Amino acid sequence: MLFGLPLLSLVIWLPIVVGLVVFATGSDRNAQLARLIAIAGSILGFLVAIPLYLQFDSALSTMQFVEHHAWVERFNINYFLGVDGISMPLILLNCFTTPLVVLAGWQVIKERVSQYMGAFLIMSGIVNGVFASLDAVLFYVFWEASLIPMFLIIGIWGGPNRVYAAIKFFLYTLLGSLLMLVAFIYLYQTSGGSFSILDYHQLPLPMEPQILIFIAMLLAFAVKVPMWPVHTWLPDAHVEAPTGGSIILAAILLKMGGYGFLRFSLPIVPDASQYLATMMIVLSLIGVVYIGIVALMQVDMKKLIAYSSVAHMGFVTLGFFLFNAYGLEGAMVQMISHGFISGAMFLCVGVLYDRLHSRQIADYGGVANKMPIFAAFFMLFAMANAGLPGTSGFVGEFMVIMGSVKVSFWYAFLAATTLIFGAAYTLWMYKRVIFGEVANAAVEGLKDVNKREFAILAILAIAVIWLGVYPFPLTEVMHATVDDLLAHVAQSKL
Amino acid sequence: MNIQPPDLTSAYPEIFLLVMVCVVMLADLVAGEKKRYVAYYLSHFALLGCAFLTFTSFSTETTYTFSGMFVDDVMSDILKLMVYGTVASVLVYSRSYISLRGMYTGEFFSLILFATLGMMVMISASHFLTLYIGLELLSLSLYALVALRRNTVTATEAAMKFFILGALASGFLLYGMSMVYGATGSLHVAAVSEAIKSGVMSHEVLVIGLVFIVAGISFKLSAAPFHMWAPDVYEGSPTAVTLFIGSAPKLAAFGFVMRLLVEGMGEMVDDWQGMLVILAVMSMAIGNIAAIAQTNIKRMLAYSTISHMGFLILGLISADTNGYSSAMFYTFAYVLMTLGTFAIILMLSRDGFEADNINDFKGLSKRNPWYAFITMVMMLSMAGIPPMIGFYAKLSVLQAVLAAGFVWVAIVAVLLSVIGAFYYLRIIKLMYFDAPESDAPIKPSIDVRVLVTVNGLAVIAFGLFPQSLMALSLFAIEQSM
Repeated sequence: MLFGLPLLSLVIWLPIVVGLVVFATGSDRNAQLARLIAIAGSILGFLVAIPLYLQFDSALSTMQFVEHHAWVERFNINYFLGVDGISMPLILLNCFTTPLVVLAGWQVIKERVSQYMGAFLIMSGIVNGVFASLDAVLFYVFWEASLIPMFLIIGIWGGPNRVYAAIKFFLYTLLGSLLMLVAFIYLYQTSGGSFSILDYHQLPLPMEPQILIFIAMLLAFAVKVPMWPVHTWLPDAHVEAPTGGSIILAAILLKMGGYGFLRFSLPIVPDASQYLATMMIVLSLIGVVYIGIVALMQVDMKKLIAYSSVAHMGFVTLGFFLFNAYGLEGAMVQMISHGFISGAMFLCVGVLYDRLHSRQIADYGGVANKMPIFAAFFMLFAMANAGLPGTSGFVGEFMVIMGSVKVSFWYAFLAATTLIFGAAYTLWMYKRVIFGEVANAAVEGLKDVNKREFAILAILAIAVIWLGVYPFPLTEVMHATVDDLLAHVAQSKL
Repeated sequence: MNIQPPDLTSAYPEIFLLVMVCVVMLADLVAGEKKRYVAYYLSHFALLGCAFLTFTSFSTETTYTFSGMFVDDVMSDILKLMVYGTVASVLVYSRSYISLRGMYTGEFFSLILFATLGMMVMISASHFLTLYIGLELLSLSLYALVALRRNTVTATEAAMKFFILGALASGFLLYGMSMVYGATGSLHVAAVSEAIKSGVMSHEVLVIGLVFIVAGISFKLSAAPFHMWAPDVYEGSPTAVTLFIGSAPKLAAFGFVMRLLVEGMGEMVDDWQGMLVILAVMSMAIGNIAAIAQTNIKRMLAYSTISHMGFLILGLISADTNGYSSAMFYTFAYVLMTLGTFAIILMLSRDGFEADNINDFKGLSKRNPWYAFITMVMMLSMAGIPPMIGFYAKLSVLQAVLAAGFVWVAIVAVLLSVIGAFYYLRIIKLMYFDAPESDAPIKPSIDVRVLVTVNGLAVIAFGLFPQSLMALSLFAIEQSM
């Protein structure tokens, strides 16, 4: 509770209400007002989320800050919120990213400013709802609702092929989630009329339905993560989305898929998860290795980072299905760290794009001569993306590799190739863009980052290094929950 | 011989409306060209009066009158109240459209009110012939409404198609009813149900009768494969009439299905369940897939209606209170969404311009962000995206389907909804991602503005808090079945 107000509801509804206020500022004549309200609202959103961390009892593995109200009695649907060590860091990550996204679009977005800013704030609240819901229908409502603002963000402010990308993004995700809805209703029937996720965790299920439920949920979450081979919407969406959209997409929306595995697939159908673990690991490893190679071949910076996201998220799903503490915690750390790093990478590309309106690697070269501060930041994030020790990228990957060694040497071997591929595609791109002689007249005219850009990059840089050097504050809160989850998954539900 | 006069109290709303229709016609005659608004306001008054009578006579008891041919129960009261509200909204939305097209006449209002009377009779019928009379009163008024602009070729063509196919379907229905009469010896809904329960009737004859009845019903619901009239009629009719055909009669059709199939032939559920599954799946498939190819928004919405009717029928196949109330909730949601969508089309149309091409929605968000937002809400709701009411409609129907054990039907239904989502998204795309082609001002009158806003917000509000409407549907079904 914060001043007697329920914290989780505040974290969800404050950004949504502020978002509506931003909408209400109307046309672009009030653009500056819309920006100011948006930044104030998003910072406030982050501030109210901080007590979630401070008042969180990391010794407990049960749900905390629980809110429970009847919502739709007809189907026993409840407004049921709560967080544990898995969802709380993700909420913080989301609240942390939103102000940065608002800042990133500060000068760049000149058309329909109030709608742009409002959409991001509403999105932020909805995503918090996804992470905090403990009722399957409530979860589903937030999950689907998050499609709407993103659809509009890509479609309105996106690049030339934005319509195709926006519709592909929407339909792809919808297909997966509707099957998940069928699984939820099936669970509602078998559990005797409950939509509570916690009830589902305890519900015994025979193997056959378990496998079907696993597959239905897999489609929803795999599309969102995205796992190979259902990742194809992501490069399209990223390339066409405006910078802010790309940041939210990579930093936050992909985490919804990963979170889904932890909250639904593993605890609700543990036997099916164990049974199909090898398949999941193989799919993840294909993602890591094959997508890594694909990333190497990209000529478009945003596409390259998009593919690198897919590869890194492959690490996350790999960690989940190893069923040991290193793997699972590593995957969690990787999710948070990827949130910072991919956000920062997209931001860096955005900084260049705002100046030259090109994302092609070939259009750049020698940027370091003109933008030394920017080059330094970009260097740090590129290194973190490649998994350099001392940055947050290293911690997660290292833990997942440790976890996979315990299961099989070959898993670990293949997973570790990402350290090579990741370094190769990231640093090669970095070299071509930043180093060398000044490539052309356009690059010659580049100006270094302004104060606003510097502030965003600096905040992200601090986060990346802090998490790389001292990840304890993060691992501490998730420790009890992860242990509990592993113990739960180890018990058969047959 | 002592003849007992029937107790008329439960039929007061119908009687009142009949009187009012005559008053509207006469008043319009007297008021003349300049004072057409007399008929308009009298129609509203008639609906208001009906609502008052239905509301004050509301009770949880089921009463029969006219020798058991007419029933007044909770379901009929609730459906009738919904019909009044829908028809009143139709009148408000249509006013400027019809006055620009020479349809602002006494005939328009009296036909609409006659159709409303037909719907009320359908909803309250407990005898196959009463059902048929109500249905014909509704249908004949609709044929005339479609043909009201007799100078336009498309409208006349649509009316002809509608009339011929409608008459055929009525014939089917009557033929089926005669079979049922032959097998059971009665046309009273309750007596038919009793007779079937006793099990001594020829099952073959009953099934043949049932097939014809289901075919007739599917036509009226515009469910595939009896849907062919819908796209042509939707496209050809004046938009105000399309709005009317697409909204209120679906409420009556729901009542019709409940009386015929559930109350009358509920014992034959094993026979009609299979038929309904086929109808539902075909409607969803044909509706959703064919809608993708449409460039005329009225045609697109016709196909969308067909797929919605498939979903509605899906609610009935579980054949229990849970399923029926889900179907009823779906009907309410559907009517709410249809009203809102057509209201926007009517609003965009001007003198000599129909706004019935999907490209007319281009750049609406720049022309008027609020109406674009409402249209987006309607489209998302139709696609079943939360937090709109359409999501809960689909959720409750899917829940009923799964409870009845038809897992594959549920999976087919959701896969087809993904296809359906595409053409709803296309409208959003046109409104938000494209530049406007026209900058004609959109200036609806204040009543339309208020009603559209309420309509749009209701779709969100019932999406956020669906409990009341769901409980109402459940209450209606539990009390009446």
